[in-house]
Amino acid sequence: MPVVMDADRMGRSLARIAHEIVERNRGVEELALVGMRTRGAPIAPRLAQAVKEINGHGIPTGALDITLYRDDLTRHPVGPQPLIRRTEIPFSIDDRRILLVDDVLYTGRTIRAALDALIDFGRPKAIQLIVLVDRGHRELPIKPDYVGKNLPTSLTESVQVRLTEIDGRDEVEIQDA
Amino acid sequence: MKKDLLGIADLTREDIYLILDTAEAMREIGQRPIKKVPTLRGKTVVNLFYEPSTRTRTSFEIAEKRLSADTLNIAVAASSVLKGETLVDTAMNLEAMAPDVIVLRHASSGACHLLSRICRSRVINAGDGTHEHPTQALLDAFTIREHKKRIEDLKIAIVGDLLHSRVLRSNVLLLTGLGAEVWVSGPATMMPAGIEQFGVRASTSVDEAVADADVIMMLRIQQERMHGAFFPSLREYFNTFGMTPERLARARPDVIIMHPGPMNRGVEIASEVADGPFSVILEQVANGVAVRMAVLYLLAGGVEGD
Repeated sequence: MPVVMDADRMGRSLARIAHEIVERNRGVEELALVGMRTRGAPIAPRLAQAVKEINGHGIPTGALDITLYRDDLTRHPVGPQPLIRRTEIPFSIDDRRILLVDDVLYTGRTIRAALDALIDFGRPKAIQLIVLVDRGHRELPIKPDYVGKNLPTSLTESVQVRLTEIDGRDEVEIQDA
Repeated sequence: MKKDLLGIADLTREDIYLILDTAEAMREIGQRPIKKVPTLRGKTVVNLFYEPSTRTRTSFEIAEKRLSADTLNIAVAASSVLKGETLVDTAMNLEAMAPDVIVLRHASSGACHLLSRICRSRVINAGDGTHEHPTQALLDAFTIREHKKRIEDLKIAIVGDLLHSRVLRSNVLLLTGLGAEVWVSGPATMMPAGIEQFGVRASTSVDEAVADADVIMMLRIQQERMHGAFFPSLREYFNTFGMTPERLARARPDVIIMHPGPMNRGVEIASEVADGPFSVILEQVANGVAVRMAVLYLLAGGVEGD
């Protein structure tokens, strides 16, 4: 199956997004990155590091698990429940600009759940969305602010993002379901 | 996991670790400014308590509310049970109103199994007679793991009224199942015959049982279940089997002391021990909410398959 993004391209995409973050947010003091588990979580600290290399400012990072906010939890037939992983947001999100990070943007339902989850932690000044891959097929009115790569897909395909921290290598692959 | 949580005996090792790991994630919710997630929105949970309970009922209710379930509490003192209705009839009537989960506390062992057979709702055992109290054992294991980072190979002494304790039964099944070395101790009159079959070491000497223990778990003297004289007096019981600072000193220096509550101070445990630096008794209570949230999520998060 075709690899549509290799480690080199992924690195350059993230570096570009880091520059866009700096460009669009004058002063990064009130920014915070929140990565969505599973594969948004390792991307957030990478972006924080990239921003630090640009202007020397560290950005606090956290990780969010949205399982408990999913809209399809009670629609699955009986089976193993999705595993809940830990949410770790070690800072107050009140009056911060939150940069929400996910690997793939698809229907938008996960982001809807993440917005609900974030609001339960406080009242951020703004929330912006960063995705590594936007594969289209939105079912909700949600639009990303920063995109690593726009990837037109068909509904029968699936997009697999692999990250060194979890999968041992960086790449994005399209698979036929 | 099965449809119901009736006892530790029904759980595999993997189920137990899944519940404990899920509880880790659930605990974080209790530390947020808004301690509520929408997970069980629209689910109805009935807490049906045939025995008095403060801790367990409150703990379940808080867990249910944090997961956004609709909860109702039926305390038997104010229900039609007093008019002579049987457990089965009460359950069938509740069932007719289609709750998703029934949490049952009952004085008869096996009451939850009975309910499980006749109800489509999921049944969670909140203590049945002298049989099992699975969520207590799970929260105990959670607390132990938090302090000791493992359960395997720990020496765990359980001391007190072994005969009437459902907490003992559930804990022995769970802790031996996860590889701990479990000692039990109490008066010979309260030592169930053949208790060694459950893979525990038994001794009527508390000093022997707690020597070098990593964990000491005290059990309440359950006078409401006693039909006979098991020991001469409460004072004598305290002198022979109560947890005193002197006995505690025989355990490992990093021992933790646990009690499922409610405590009889000066009977099974001295106040200096209960309130002392080794006590994790109130942590157990706090962890109970997270563990019960995990159980509710894992049982009630999905929909009926058939």
